[in-house]
Amino acid sequence: MARELWEGNQAMAEAAVRAGVEAYFGYPITPQTEVLEYMSRRLPELGRTFLQAESELAAINMVYGAACTGVRVMSSSSSPGVSLMMEGMSYIAGTEVPAVIIDVVRGGPGLGNIAPSQGDYNQIVHGGGHGDYHPIVLAPASVQEAVDLTFLAFDLADKYRSIVIVLADGSIGQMMEPAEMPPMRPLRKEYPSWSVRGAEGRERRILSSIYIDPMDEEVMNYRLMCLWTEIEANEVRYKSYQLDDAEYAVIGFGTAGRVALSAVRSARAEGIPVGLFRPVSLSPFPYEQVGALAEKVKGILVVEMNAGQMLEDILRAVKGRVPVGFYGRMGGIMPFPDEILAEIQRLVREPQLPNGDPRRIWLQRFEHTLEMNKAHN
Amino acid sequence: MVVTDTTQLVYQRPESLASVPTHYCPGCTHGVAHRLIAEVLDEMDIRERTIGVAPVGCSVFAYNYFDCDFVEAPHGRAPAMATGIKRVLPDRVVFTYQGDGDLASIGMAEIIHAAGRGENITVIFINNAIFGMTGGQMAPTTLPGQKTTSSPSGRDVEQMGFPLRMCELLSSLDGAGYVVRRSLHDPKNIRLAKKAIRMAFETQVRGLGFSMVELLSSCPTNWGLQPIEALRWIEEHMVPYYPLQDFKVNPEVAAIRP
Repeated sequence: MARELWEGNQAMAEAAVRAGVEAYFGYPITPQTEVLEYMSRRLPELGRTFLQAESELAAINMVYGAACTGVRVMSSSSSPGVSLMMEGMSYIAGTEVPAVIIDVVRGGPGLGNIAPSQGDYNQIVHGGGHGDYHPIVLAPASVQEAVDLTFLAFDLADKYRSIVIVLADGSIGQMMEPAEMPPMRPLRKEYPSWSVRGAEGRERRILSSIYIDPMDEEVMNYRLMCLWTEIEANEVRYKSYQLDDAEYAVIGFGTAGRVALSAVRSARAEGIPVGLFRPVSLSPFPYEQVGALAEKVKGILVVEMNAGQMLEDILRAVKGRVPVGFYGRMGGIMPFPDEILAEIQRLVREPQLPNGDPRRIWLQRFEHTLEMNKAHN
Repeated sequence: MVVTDTTQLVYQRPESLASVPTHYCPGCTHGVAHRLIAEVLDEMDIRERTIGVAPVGCSVFAYNYFDCDFVEAPHGRAPAMATGIKRVLPDRVVFTYQGDGDLASIGMAEIIHAAGRGENITVIFINNAIFGMTGGQMAPTTLPGQKTTSSPSGRDVEQMGFPLRMCELLSSLDGAGYVVRRSLHDPKNIRLAKKAIRMAFETQVRGLGFSMVELLSSCPTNWGLQPIEALRWIEEHMVPYYPLQDFKVNPEVAAIRP
C-alpha cells in the first residue's frame, strides 16, 4: 500500500478500522476530536457502530458493554476526558474484557490547555482506576508509528483480554505526515468463549467484576498479576538510535523522544558520542534495557514533556549506577532540539552526582527556562 | 373403574429464573419483580436472546438469579452499558434492572440520554425510596419528611431538596416509547405490573424506542417496618406522591395486543 499524507488522529482512526474495530463510542475533546469525527463518517459507511456519548463516563461504559459481547471496540479522548474514563477502565480490567483507548494528551492539570503534553504518564502507566491492574501502554513518536501501534493494540487487547492504551499527544494527533496503512482485516465471525451474546443453546454466561469473597478476589488478582508477568516477558518494545558506541544516552518517549533525536544528531555532529533510547511500550516498561544501558554509558539524560513522570521509572532501572539528568517542559510546551542539545552538553561537561535528585537540579535552573519563554514572546 | 388424572400444573418456577435462593431480605419485593420479568421472558420466548444488565445496589447480584446472559455495570452506568451491547447486537433483547440510587442519583445522565436517544432497551426501575444496600440512606426518591440514616430528622426539602419523579421526567423526552409506573404492594397491582413489563419488552422487540417500568417497592428492613406494614406504607405514602399511571405510551405501543 502506498504512503499517503495523514493527520495523526484520522490515521489512528483508520488504523483501528483496518484492525477490525466494530464499534466506537466517544465524546468530543480537543486535541483528539478528529478521531471521533472520522469515525462518525467511516463506521456507518462500513455498517459498523458509531455513537457520540453524553460524556466520557458514558462512552467508556458503552465500550465496556460492547466489549462484553466479544467485538473489537474502542474509544478515544484527551487528558481530562480520560480522567473521567478511569472508573470504566478499572471495571473493564476487573472483568477481563479487551478494549482499546487512545489518549491524545494535552496540558494540565485541570482544564489546562489543548497543547501537546505528556502529563498523563502517571495516570495512564501507573494509575488511574482503583485496584491492582496494569494496562498495556504504547507511545508513538510519529504518525506512522501511531498507525502501527493502534493496529497492534487490538491484537494485544484480544490476546491478553486487557486494556491497551495508545498514549499520543496533541502534536502526534494533529500533525500530518506520510504514512502507510495496514491492509483491511475482515471482521471476526467467531466470538470468544466468554462473550455475552444471548444464551441460545448453551449455559448462561455472566461477566462481572465482582468477587464478593475476598479469597476469590485474591485469586482473581493473582491471575491478573501472572498474566502481567507474561506480558512483561513478551511485550516490551523500544527503539535505539546510535547507542552502539555511545558514552551518553538520552531517554525520551513519544514526541519528546523524537525531538531529542534531532538534538542527539546535532551533538554527534559536534563529536559527542551520544545516542537515544526511546521506550515504545511504557507499560510494560523496558526496565531491563534501561538497566543494561546504565552499565554501558557514563551518563543519562531523561527528556519529557512533563515534570519527570517517566524519570521515576528510569531511576528505578538505573539504580544509581550512573548520573541521571532531567530536562522537562510542562504545561503543553514542547522542547526545541537546541534546549536538549544544551542539556546533553551540560551532562558531558558537568555530570551530576549519581545520587543527586535530577528533578531538584532541573527545577533550580528552571528560572532560566522561564526567562527563555519571555524572550520568545 | 377409570381413573382420570385431574392434576393440573398451575404454578411453577419460570424457566428464566435460575434455581437458586436469593439474598434479599424477607418481605422485600425484589423477588416479585424478578419473577415477573422471568415470566415475561418465558411467555415471549426470548430468554435465549436476552442480555440483562445488573446495577449496583441491593440487586447487584441480579445476574445470579436470571437464567440468561448477564453483565454487571458500574453504579448508575447500566443504561450506557446496555447501549453498548444493544448497538452491536440490535437483534438481542437488552434490559437493565436498576434501583433509585443507581438510576435517579448517580446514573441520572446515563438514563436521561438513553431515553433521549430512544435507545431500544427496557429499564426496570425499582423505586423503594431509600438506599438499601448501604443500609438505609436518603435516596433521590425519599419522600419529604421520611427518616433515613442520612436524614435522621426526616427529609427536609428546604435543605435536602425534593424527591425526583423519574417517569414524569423521562416521559417528556421524544425518544421514550413506553414509560409507566406500577406498584408491587398487592396482588392486583402485581398483575398490572406484569402486564406493563410485558408491554415494555414488546416495545423493545418491535423497535419502538426506550421503555421503562417504574415499580414502587418495599424495603421493610431499612424502613423499619414489618413486611405487611411496608406494603401498606407503599399504598399510603408512596402512591400519592408517585401516581400509578401511563406517562408515555407511543400510539404504536398502545396498539400492541400481546
